[in-house]
Amino acid sequence: MFDNLQLLFVWAPIINVQVILDGIFVGAVFALCAYGLALVWGVMNIKNLAQGDFVILGGYLALVLHSWNLPLPVILVIVTIVMFVYGWSIYALIIRRIVDKDMFVSLLATFGLSLLMQQAMNLYFGPEVQTIDMKLPVIDAFDNMVTIPYSKIISLALAGIITAAVVIFMKKSRTGQAIRATAQDARAARVLGIDTDRVYAFTFAFNSALCGAAGVLVSVIWVIQPFYGITYSVRTFAIVTAAGLGNLPGVISAAFGIGLFEKYTGMIVGTAYEVAAPVMILLLVLIIRQINMKRNRQVVR
Amino acid sequence: MFKNFKIITAMAFAVVAAGFSSSANAGVEGDTITLGSALSLTGKYATNGLHTQRGYDFAVDRINSTGGVMVGGKSYKLTVKYYDDESTPARGAQLAERLIQQDGVEFMLGPYSSGMTKAIAPVSEKFGVPMIEAEGASRSLFTQGYKYLFAVLSTTDLYLPGALNFAADQKKSIGKPASDARVAMAFEGDPFSMDIRAGLVEMIKDYGMKLVIDDQLPADLSDMSTTLTKVKALKPDILIISGHSKGAATAARQIDEMKINVPIIAMTHCEAAKVHEKFPNAATGFLCPTQWVPGIDKKDAMFGSAADWNADFKAAHPSYSSVPYQSAQASAAVYVWKEAFEAANSFDKKAVRDAIAGVEMQTFYGDVKFGPDGNNVAKPMFLRQIGSDGSYNLVSSFSDLTYPRNVSY
Repeated sequence: MFDNLQLLFVWAPIINVQVILDGIFVGAVFALCAYGLALVWGVMNIKNLAQGDFVILGGYLALVLHSWNLPLPVILVIVTIVMFVYGWSIYALIIRRIVDKDMFVSLLATFGLSLLMQQAMNLYFGPEVQTIDMKLPVIDAFDNMVTIPYSKIISLALAGIITAAVVIFMKKSRTGQAIRATAQDARAARVLGIDTDRVYAFTFAFNSALCGAAGVLVSVIWVIQPFYGITYSVRTFAIVTAAGLGNLPGVISAAFGIGLFEKYTGMIVGTAYEVAAPVMILLLVLIIRQINMKRNRQVVR
Repeated sequence: MFKNFKIITAMAFAVVAAGFSSSANAGVEGDTITLGSALSLTGKYATNGLHTQRGYDFAVDRINSTGGVMVGGKSYKLTVKYYDDESTPARGAQLAERLIQQDGVEFMLGPYSSGMTKAIAPVSEKFGVPMIEAEGASRSLFTQGYKYLFAVLSTTDLYLPGALNFAADQKKSIGKPASDARVAMAFEGDPFSMDIRAGLVEMIKDYGMKLVIDDQLPADLSDMSTTLTKVKALKPDILIISGHSKGAATAARQIDEMKINVPIIAMTHCEAAKVHEKFPNAATGFLCPTQWVPGIDKKDAMFGSAADWNADFKAAHPSYSSVPYQSAQASAAVYVWKEAFEAANSFDKKAVRDAIAGVEMQTFYGDVKFGPDGNNVAKPMFLRQIGSDGSYNLVSSFSDLTYPRNVSY
């Protein structure tokens, strides 16, 4: 561990650039699905444990489309649409029935959905690790100490475009306003004539589409396997818990923060702990929140 | 009325008991010998589980169509009863118990992977059911004192020492001591990889080499870029990676993407992950350990030479571009069962077990002779290097090796 610190800060400080870049790429992808989770959680109080599996499903769809030789932006658009429809039908089938139920019902239902999706993908696509090889060049800098594949740059740009589109959509469009209104007070929104059931359906489908988009990027940047969903679920939960619900800038900065933290943890204590890093942050955030709340808690006598 | 009820209950029990006792003899019934196996047909080991199953079935068909197993002057057919262990050890142990207790299986074939074998071996041992396994290579399986566990394959401690020897030879060839070699290793935390690592750490100590990176990889292995970043900065002489197929695929992809330029790279499961097809650039020069190659000069009466088995198996399963060794060793395990039954000339579990322990035979897969711990001590491990055209070339000494590996990113 000490060696690794020396390596980072004394022997070859240039690799910090690589670590930071990798952290940013990780963060950009997480920001997408974390925002989707924050929406679903905030608007309809559903904790979607199948979040990561939506990501992986998006990745597999991208893989299929890629084998038809479609360009990446087209793949992204098609996957987003398909995943939107998928999300809508999952809402109609399952989520609609559990929206008003307590927390455990939503956890159990989405956990069940997660298992079902994993096994279905395993049966259909096989347990092999797969990846989309875009066959794009790689930029190398600083005597090959830093390498940035074009595929990652394109992914980052696409993630940026999607996020900007989401921000504008939520701020300006009628549906975006309706979603925000429902999140604030569902009953008041209903009184004012907003069809909250439709808003719920749209929110869930929207989340699914965001996950699908993230999945496309994951399959381009890293590798996918039917059972890798859980790591994405854990990370998005950590991000959303750290950032709070319905706080888009918070979610994005938390995503980048956790991405960087993960990469530095991997660098300093070892790759095996990379996945543990977000969970540690989750724990820290919860402890700090508890302490703060205790300080402010007052008892009415 | 009440008395009648008692009689009926007693009869019902008798019927049930009779049912149980008849199924308890299912190990050999009529002219069929049933071998039992819990195999990973779904879950993360499903690909290799399927390779294994095809190897078992191929050998069973061949043996049955060439006269079967001769015991006491009578010809018996082989059949395998499979259960899907879903790649989870707990399920495997459960299914082994079900095979033995409910289905009355008395002879077992192994599951896929060391982890699964570790879960199942205590069960077969408890019931005194001999198991010949072909896919669990972990050295630690053979230090438990199991009496009923036999493996036709070489153990993990023999997988990668060859690659480390090459690193030592390279230093010697330029007039430097072997201890100058700097080694980087990245291993998943599962029993198989950890076993390989333990053997290598020992060797590195003996050589006095410097272990510059010793990272553990997570089970959900989709990104190992931090380890590779370190590799880039530290420039080791040799990089060794083990993390099953997913580890090999992830490593090859990121070695390609990050333009990692280590002169010797050795990793397990190259073929299973098809790195030569998916990442031909990066995979050039990878050293891959293998239990078996079709080119070896071994043969037997059942399958012919290694090349014959390879050709016949490919004809039966045309989807393989190159046949995985997992299938070859699975076939060899079934063949050992035939030899053992015929040598024991009985179906008594104890007698058959002793016959397996005494087996000494040449097969297309290599020589088979079990040591006192149950592992095959007669067969060597092979190392192959991937050529720039995606071919796998046997490397038996440093002079055969393309050094440094010849990559063009």
